[in-house]
Amino acid sequence: MSIDYSQKIPNNVHLDENKTLQRALEHWQPAYIDWWNEMGPEKSQTTDVYLRTAVSVDPKGWAHFEHVKMPDYRWGIFLTPQEENKKISFGAHKGEDVWQEVPGEYRSTLRRIIVTQGDTEPASVEQQRHLGLTCPSLYDMRNLFQVNVEEGRHLWAMVYLLHAHFGRDGREEGEALLERRSGDADNPRILTAFNEKTPDWLSFFMFTFITDRDGKYQLAALAESGFDPLARTCKFMLTEEAHHLFVGESGIARIIQRTCDVMNQHKTDDPAKLRGLGVIDLPTIQKYLNFHFSVTSDLYGSEISSNAATFYTNGLKGRFEETKIGDDHKLDNGEYPVMEVVGDQVVTKHVQALSALNERLRDDWVTDVQLAIDRWNKIPEKAGIPMKFTLPHKGFHRKIGFFAGAHVSPDGKVLSEAEWTHKHLNWLPSDEDRLYVHSLMGRVTEPGKFANWIAAPSRGINNQPVDFDYVRFN
Amino acid sequence: MAGPKDSLGFVIRFNYNETVMNAPTETSSLVRQHLIDPEICIRCNTCEEMCPIDAITHDGRNYVIKFEICNWCNDCMGPCPTGAIDNSRTVASGQPYSLEDQYSWDSLPAPTNPEIAATELPEDVTRITEIAQSGQGGPSSPPWSAAHPYVNLFAPNKPVTATLTGNFRITGEDASADIRHIVLDFGHTTFPVLEGQSIGIIPPGTDANGKPHTMRLYSVASPRNGERPGYNNLSLTVKRVTEDHEGKATKGICSNYLCDLEKGAQVQVCGPYGSTFLMPNHPGSSIMMICTGTGSAPMRAMTERRRRRMALKEGGELFLFFGARAANELPYFGPLMKLPKELIDINFAFSRVPNQPKQYVQDKIRERHEDVVRMLKDENCYIYICGLKGMERGVDEAFRDICRMHGEDWEKLLPVLRSQSRYHVETY
Repeated sequence: MSIDYSQKIPNNVHLDENKTLQRALEHWQPAYIDWWNEMGPEKSQTTDVYLRTAVSVDPKGWAHFEHVKMPDYRWGIFLTPQEENKKISFGAHKGEDVWQEVPGEYRSTLRRIIVTQGDTEPASVEQQRHLGLTCPSLYDMRNLFQVNVEEGRHLWAMVYLLHAHFGRDGREEGEALLERRSGDADNPRILTAFNEKTPDWLSFFMFTFITDRDGKYQLAALAESGFDPLARTCKFMLTEEAHHLFVGESGIARIIQRTCDVMNQHKTDDPAKLRGLGVIDLPTIQKYLNFHFSVTSDLYGSEISSNAATFYTNGLKGRFEETKIGDDHKLDNGEYPVMEVVGDQVVTKHVQALSALNERLRDDWVTDVQLAIDRWNKIPEKAGIPMKFTLPHKGFHRKIGFFAGAHVSPDGKVLSEAEWTHKHLNWLPSDEDRLYVHSLMGRVTEPGKFANWIAAPSRGINNQPVDFDYVRFN
Repeated sequence: MAGPKDSLGFVIRFNYNETVMNAPTETSSLVRQHLIDPEICIRCNTCEEMCPIDAITHDGRNYVIKFEICNWCNDCMGPCPTGAIDNSRTVASGQPYSLEDQYSWDSLPAPTNPEIAATELPEDVTRITEIAQSGQGGPSSPPWSAAHPYVNLFAPNKPVTATLTGNFRITGEDASADIRHIVLDFGHTTFPVLEGQSIGIIPPGTDANGKPHTMRLYSVASPRNGERPGYNNLSLTVKRVTEDHEGKATKGICSNYLCDLEKGAQVQVCGPYGSTFLMPNHPGSSIMMICTGTGSAPMRAMTERRRRRMALKEGGELFLFFGARAANELPYFGPLMKLPKELIDINFAFSRVPNQPKQYVQDKIRERHEDVVRMLKDENCYIYICGLKGMERGVDEAFRDICRMHGEDWEKLLPVLRSQSRYHVETY
C-alpha cells in the first residue's frame, strides 16, 4: 500500500525521505485503522465531525477545522522544532548536548517509558468508546471525538519514536500497543486506572479533568528529557492535552452550573428532590471527584521511588518546569517532605529530594487540580449556594505507595477497617449513585439542545455558534 | 480597580476603523487591548508557550497579557483550547488594564460603550467607510478635542422609526440636480449624532431577488443639538439619483424614496455611524472644508455648529472650498451667502457657467495658496474633504503644488497631518 505522506500523514519529520520509517508505518498504519474501527468510538465511523487537525507545528497550522470522518482524520507526526545547541538541563549529564539518538545504556529504560506513556493513549479511547451513544449534546459529542482522535494522534507520536529510534524492538512494541485492550483479563492495558470503564459522562469529564491532567504532568516531565526527540514530541502533545483538560473542566463546570440553577429555581438543596428534577446533586459530584482524584493519584506511583531517581539522574525524565526551578538540577543534597502512616497518624517526614520525585510531580498536579476546583467553586458562590468542592487528603482511597493498606478519611484521619466500611460510601460513589447518573445518560443530537443535567457552554468551538451542527450523521 | 474610564465624564474618542483593522496605531486615542477571559481559561499555559515575544505570563491565579508587548500576531489564538484568549477590550491608549488588574479578575470587565458598538457594526457600514476614507491613506483618529460619538445604537435589524418633518428642494428649479434638505424627527427616542457622522436609511420593500433592500448611508447635515436647536431632529442632504457613475439612466432606490416622501412619513433609520470624521471642539481650532455636491452635508453641520456658538468668541477660522456646476446647482447656496463674513471664508468653484472658464475646487485652493499653506502648517487647523472620488486627486495635486511654491514638502507634511488626526477624507 502506498501513502502520500505529506497529505495523508501531516508531519515535520521528513517522512517522505525516510524509507525505513515509511516501511514501518506502512505496516503499522493499516493495523492502526483496524484497531480504530474495532475499538474507536462506537457506531460513529461514518459521521462527519467538526474536528481540529494539526497540519503543522507553527501557530497558524495548529488549528485547521473541518468536518471529517474520524477514520479519515489525518493523524500526523509532529515534534516541536529542534532548538540548536540545546543542553540537558538536569541530572548527571547536565550541560551536555541533548541526544538525538537513544544512548545504548538507556535504551530499554527509554523504551519502557515511551511504551507506558503510549499505552495510555489507545487505552483511553477504548475506555470512552461507548460515550458517543449517550452524548448530552452535539457540542459535547464533538469534544469527545476530538479528545479521541487526539489520543489516537498521541499514540502515533509514541509509535513514531519507537519506529524511528528502537528498530525491531520498537516495531514490536508498536504492534503490542494495538493488541492490548482496556479491561481485557488476558491482555490488559499496562496501568490499572486505564482498565476501568468510563461508564458515563460525569466520569468522562472527571477523567479528562483529573486523569488527563496526570497526562499533562507526565508529558511535561518527559518534555524535559535529554532524549530530544522524546522531549519535542511531548512538548507538542502538551498543547493538545490542554484541550482535554478544557473539556473536563468546562464539562463539570456546566454540570455544577445547571444544578445550581435548578437549586435556585426550586429553592432546594435536597439531593432527593434534585434527583427528582433530573440534575446531578452537588454531593454526588464531590464523590466522583474523590474517586477520580484518588485513583489518578496512584498513577504517580510510590512516594519514594528509586526508578524515578534513576530516570532523573540519567537525564531521561525531569521535573515539571525543570528549567524554571532554582536549584542545582542534580538533587545531590535537597530534601522533600513525604507523608506516611505511622500507627493511627499521618506523619510528614523529610527524605532525599532525589528519591521523592514521584511525590513532587504528584504535588505539582494537586496544586493544579486545586486551582481548577477553586474556579468551580465560584459557580455556587455566584449563585449564593454555600457549597465548596474540596480535594480529599492525599492518603484517601489509595492503593499504591505509603497509604496503600491504610484507610484515610477525606480530611486526613486514619480510620479502622470497620470505620472505613461504615463510612466510605459517604465519600465514594455508591452503586445507587452510579445507577442514578447512568439513568440520566440519554442522547441529545439536536443542534443547540442540551441534556437537562448540563448547562450550555458559554461559547462554541472555533467561534462557531453553540447550536452549530458539530456532528453530522450520514 | 484602575482601568479605562468609560464615556461618562471623560472624553473618549473611538476609532472603529482601527478596531476593524485589528491593530493599534500610535496616533489613536483608543486601542484594542488583548485580554484573556479568566472565566473560560483553564490555565494550560499553551498561549504562554506559543507566544513568540513573551507577551503572556501568569501567576497562581490568572494568565495575563502584557499590553506593551503584545503585537496581535495571533499566534496564541488557534492553539488555545478554550477560546479564552480570543478577547479584547477597547481602552484609552494611555490607560490599559495593568497586569495587576488582570491578575485580580474573576471575569472580564464589562465592555465599554464603544466596544459594544465595535463588535456589532454592520458589514456594509465598515465596507463603505473603508472605501470612503481610503483617500486619507487608511484609518485615522478623530481630532483630539472631538466629542465622544455614539455609534451603532440601532442595528439594521432593529431600526428606529423617525418621522419626516421637512423636505425642501435646495437647488434651483432650473438646476439639473434635485438636491433636498430632509428633516427627520426622532420623537422621544435617543438618537444622538455629531457633525460628520452618518446614519443609515432602510428603504421599504424588496429588491429583484425578493430580499429586503439594504441600508444607504447619508451624512448628517445638522449640528449635534438638532436641525432646530433643542429639538430631537436632524437633517440630511439627499440628491435624487437619476444616473449611475457612468452616466447611464438609473433610479436610485433610497434617494428617490426619500425625495418623494411627504411630511409625516415614517422612515426606518439605523446608526449613527462614524467616529473619526468629527470636528475639533477646542477654542481656536480652525477648519478647512473642501467639498462638492452633497459632500457639503457635514460641512453645513460643522459650519452651523460654529455659527450657533459665535457669541462665545472661541476663535479659529472656517475656510470653505465648494465646487458645483453653477450657483443654482449648489446646495445651500442661499443660506451660505447669508453667513457672516467673520464666521467663514467661502470660495465657490463653478464648472459650468456659460462664457466663463471652468473652475474646480483645486483651482480655488491654488488661488488661495497663502492662506492654504498657512492653515496646512497650523497645528490647530483640521482639514475635511468630502464629495465625489474624482476630486481627491485634484486637491492632492493642488496641495503638493502649493507646498512646493512655499518651500514645503507635501509628502512630508501629509504624514504629519495624519499623525495629528488633522486630515479627513470621505469620498464616494
